[in-house]
Amino acid sequence: MTTDTITAASIEATIHPRWVRVCHWINALAILVMIGSGWQIYNASPLFDFLVFPRQIALGNWLAGALLWHFAAMWVLVINGVVYVTLGIVTGRLRRKLSPICLGDVAADMKAALAFKLAHDDLSRYNALQKLLYTDVILTGVVIVLSGLSIWKPVQFQELTAVFGGYDAARYVHFFAMAAIVGFLVVHVALALIVPKSLHAMITGR
Amino acid sequence: MRQRKIIPRVDPKLLIKDAAKLMPDAGRRSFLRGAASLGALTFLTGCDIIDGDAAESVLRKISEFNDGAQAALFSRTKLAPTYHESAITRPFPFNAYYDEYEAPEVDGKTYKLEVAGLVDNKRPWTLNELHALPEVSQITRHICVEGWSAIGSWQGTPLSEFLKRIGADARAKYVWFRCAEGYTNTIDMPTALHPQTQMTFKFDNKILPRAYGFPMKIRMPTKLGFKNPKYVVAMEVTNSDKGGYWEDKGYNWFSGL
Repeated sequence: MTTDTITAASIEATIHPRWVRVCHWINALAILVMIGSGWQIYNASPLFDFLVFPRQIALGNWLAGALLWHFAAMWVLVINGVVYVTLGIVTGRLRRKLSPICLGDVAADMKAALAFKLAHDDLSRYNALQKLLYTDVILTGVVIVLSGLSIWKPVQFQELTAVFGGYDAARYVHFFAMAAIVGFLVVHVALALIVPKSLHAMITGR
Repeated sequence: MRQRKIIPRVDPKLLIKDAAKLMPDAGRRSFLRGAASLGALTFLTGCDIIDGDAAESVLRKISEFNDGAQAALFSRTKLAPTYHESAITRPFPFNAYYDEYEAPEVDGKTYKLEVAGLVDNKRPWTLNELHALPEVSQITRHICVEGWSAIGSWQGTPLSEFLKRIGADARAKYVWFRCAEGYTNTIDMPTALHPQTQMTFKFDNKILPRAYGFPMKIRMPTKLGFKNPKYVVAMEVTNSDKGGYWEDKGYNWFSGL
């Protein structure tokens, strides 16, 4: 084997380059802190009478602690997110991995998934459902950051707050974006556990 | 709480319960304990970051960094959105860390506003003198650190106008307020000089009722509610940050909107 083919083979075998894995796990950490502290903040003034998050699963112990966590982790989440999306665009990875999304494929893959027949043989290629979910969660990430900025700075960023329909409406948008991300996480983590080699790939790269 | 937004039936008992919930009791002091999400963090990082004071002091440091970030974001000319009279929240919620009947009762006849620190004239001001100052009005949104908000109508004199009259050193860093019940509050000078920062004597064109801070409140639509002190009896222009009631308990110092 020549050096060239070894390099080519190892590139071929790499499912997730290092920057993807680093960004993924930093994001995982940041999003857990944001969600846990966000629940505690929510509890201080619940949007829904029927929903209060148990204190055992909320972070920060009381409102001030939760706010300290939330406004610390936000920097990690946003800086890491910007790095990830920038590298994803520059390297072409986002386009390569997540497009095109055909509705026909989504329907077919959804059917296969519900019948537990959706194949995961090739981890380097995403099926239509994965493409759709990963694209959705990135867009939801953008929405949750922008609605969060609207709540944090409704005077300095009042134009942005107005886009979300004002301060009170932005709180609901922020909440539902969180709910969407938690929903994604449930599916995402369940599938990673069902297909352990995908978890392995996100740790070792292959 | 929701009840505060469903305007017709504000239950003062609920409001109080809510405020009391914010108080860290002995068992609640740490910002870090007892969270399953942290269990997941420990799992992910393979190390125990929950462990006590170190993490808390890092969080406080980041909060100080956020003070600087917010000061940089703060615009001296950008105004908080204002609203039409019909948007006023009625009744406007009473909010404090004590019950309404425990609110300070200040005697307007003997009241004198103490003025101290880096000012030319430290003569105290009677309520009549304060009421004779030029009056401006604003209808703005009061946003609580808890997340709820309410729109109110406040009348009084711009704090910048008063600071000018007492010959305050505008290069000083802070203005500190002390309230009748012992509540304190420090704000940055740029916010003190913001055109909408108001020494408030009236709510909805009537003399401030006791619940809303008689005889004087400092209204700042560019800061969270707890940075808007009520029952103010003294102010000091200073270069040293004297903190404040909630800030010392862990709320972010700048708390700008």
